[in-house]
Amino acid sequence: MHAETTGATAAIDRRAAAEAVFKDMARDPGVPKPDPILVVDDVVRRFGGLTAVDVKHVEVQRGSITALIGPNGAGKTTFFNQLTGFDTADSGTWTFNGKPMNGVPAHKVARRGMVRTFQLTKALSRLTVLENMRLGAQHQKGENFWRALIPGAWRRQEAEITERAEELLARFKLDAKRGDFAGSLSGGQRKLLEMARALMVQPELVMLDEPMAGVNPALTQSLLGHVKDLREQGMTVLFVEHDMDMVRDISDWVIVMAQGTVIAEGPPSTIMSDERVIDAYLGAHHDAPLSESELEAQLQDAEAALEAEIEEETQK
Amino acid sequence: MDWITIFSTTIKSAVGVETVLYALAAIGINIHFGYTGLLNFGQAAFMAVAGYGLAVTVTVMGLPFWVGIVIGLVAAAILALLMGIPTLHLRADYLAIVTIAVAEIIRLVFRSVAFKDIFGGSDGQRGFSGGFQALNPFPEGDYGFNLGPIPIFFPHWQLWVMVVGWLLIALCCFIVFLLMKSPWGRVLKAIREDEDAVRSLGKNVFSYKMQSLVLGGVIGCLGGFVYGLAYGSVQPDVFGTETTFFLYTMVILGGAARVFGPVIGAMLFWVLLVLLNGTLSEAVAAGVITFIDTSQAGALRYVFVGLGLILLLVFRPQGIFGDKREIAIDAR
Repeated sequence: MHAETTGATAAIDRRAAAEAVFKDMARDPGVPKPDPILVVDDVVRRFGGLTAVDVKHVEVQRGSITALIGPNGAGKTTFFNQLTGFDTADSGTWTFNGKPMNGVPAHKVARRGMVRTFQLTKALSRLTVLENMRLGAQHQKGENFWRALIPGAWRRQEAEITERAEELLARFKLDAKRGDFAGSLSGGQRKLLEMARALMVQPELVMLDEPMAGVNPALTQSLLGHVKDLREQGMTVLFVEHDMDMVRDISDWVIVMAQGTVIAEGPPSTIMSDERVIDAYLGAHHDAPLSESELEAQLQDAEAALEAEIEEETQK
Repeated sequence: MDWITIFSTTIKSAVGVETVLYALAAIGINIHFGYTGLLNFGQAAFMAVAGYGLAVTVTVMGLPFWVGIVIGLVAAAILALLMGIPTLHLRADYLAIVTIAVAEIIRLVFRSVAFKDIFGGSDGQRGFSGGFQALNPFPEGDYGFNLGPIPIFFPHWQLWVMVVGWLLIALCCFIVFLLMKSPWGRVLKAIREDEDAVRSLGKNVFSYKMQSLVLGGVIGCLGGFVYGLAYGSVQPDVFGTETTFFLYTMVILGGAARVFGPVIGAMLFWVLLVLLNGTLSEAVAAGVITFIDTSQAGALRYVFVGLGLILLLVFRPQGIFGDKREIAIDAR
């Protein structure tokens, strides 16, 4: 009982601490944070003529849950791919814990403590749930070819890894599934497994790409709880999400992207009423009334098109 | 019809030199394809460089037998590196295209007129197995037993190749068993499922794929040695693409990603092939089957093997040792 109370107090503290940090922060894109874990400068990614990502400056506060939102095609996932080494940026620099990360391959990014999940869940289907978890552990002696041949060289470490995996599985309520193939899990369970597996890496920054996509509402609450839990354990979370209810519920700070650039930042309670955000989602002139002359011009255009069509028909 | 001969050759084929050499090469394919998901369609090339490495070292350079073995092993490892460096960063299908091309290039170089002095053109090389047979502990003669009326005997030189070959198979299976139970094997299997997920968990996927390619290639090249030593010769056309496709058939027949899958697959493949060949050609000779001649019987057996493979894929897609649940999951 006592432990529970202290746990709850700690939880409130973390949330309160995060809220206090963001309380009087400016709402401009690229606003500096007091203790950034991730600092991004001038990251550009082009696909031929299309500039998918062009982020001038953005910072992610340590120990917070930061949401990255934006309309479809805003470049959120592409931006994620740049940061985690899954795609090469055309230019730009970014630092994680002060260390430069541009050009670092994906596996080294993960080793440095920046672990991501994927929009389309990547459960390793024909491995069991427990094997999926064990794979996440770092510095495994048995992953070296020669040492793998001598079971005695890695048995003890494997036991430790298994113990840690079992704990995490119990926390994510997947322990009953430990012996099943990951491919036999439901969509929501796969999301849980992917998150649990990422935690096996013992990351400092967890990057979740649409953690709620395709998850049924019953599981959503449990997933939300797990994401909040990450912050309570001192990790930083950056996630991409479309579901605004979720963003409001769990995030401390929101970064909004549109057409490849960061257009606004702000707290979740007010970000959706920000002019720039509404424009990005609904178009800049979505609520501007049409003037008399504009209406007239539209009518004439429509009539001209109709006439041309009729003429074409009669000529046949 | 001479059923005694048919059964004798069939039973002998279950453990004979063909089975041994194909089983070794198939174990390599199983590491590539079964465990790591690498589509290597050039396994015959690994066998070829090993066989020719041994043959050229002994016959052309006049060096001892064991030097030839070392050169063959090194050649196989280098071949794996050369194939892997440009392709393993790319999608799986590129490796398939490159390996099949490399295998053909190597075969055509070995049979080219320009290098006839070294590789012997389309006739290949012969007369390099003396060093190996000199180590033969079995005195001259035939060894075996009578299974009822069916004689099962092997000449001493063949028995020596078989003993060494089966010891190699046992060793390779043991190594595969150890590796695939280990965290190293777990990474390979995870790569087969999804490379990006493995990358996101901090594993150097390229390095593991390369290790897999080299290991499977080196084990596969043992098959090339066994061929050269069993027949006392190598010819370029033995190492054509159909050899690689036979190997895939065996791996799928036995069950991919199973330690003994390729061995059982190779045994079954050769038993079926020899049984069909014996029965068909005997039936033609005895006048039981009249609409084909003996040479057509040889081709017809492959038709039946193909038919058998289709039936297998329909009714038991996981192979003999496979796990049905794995196939059910694989609806990606």
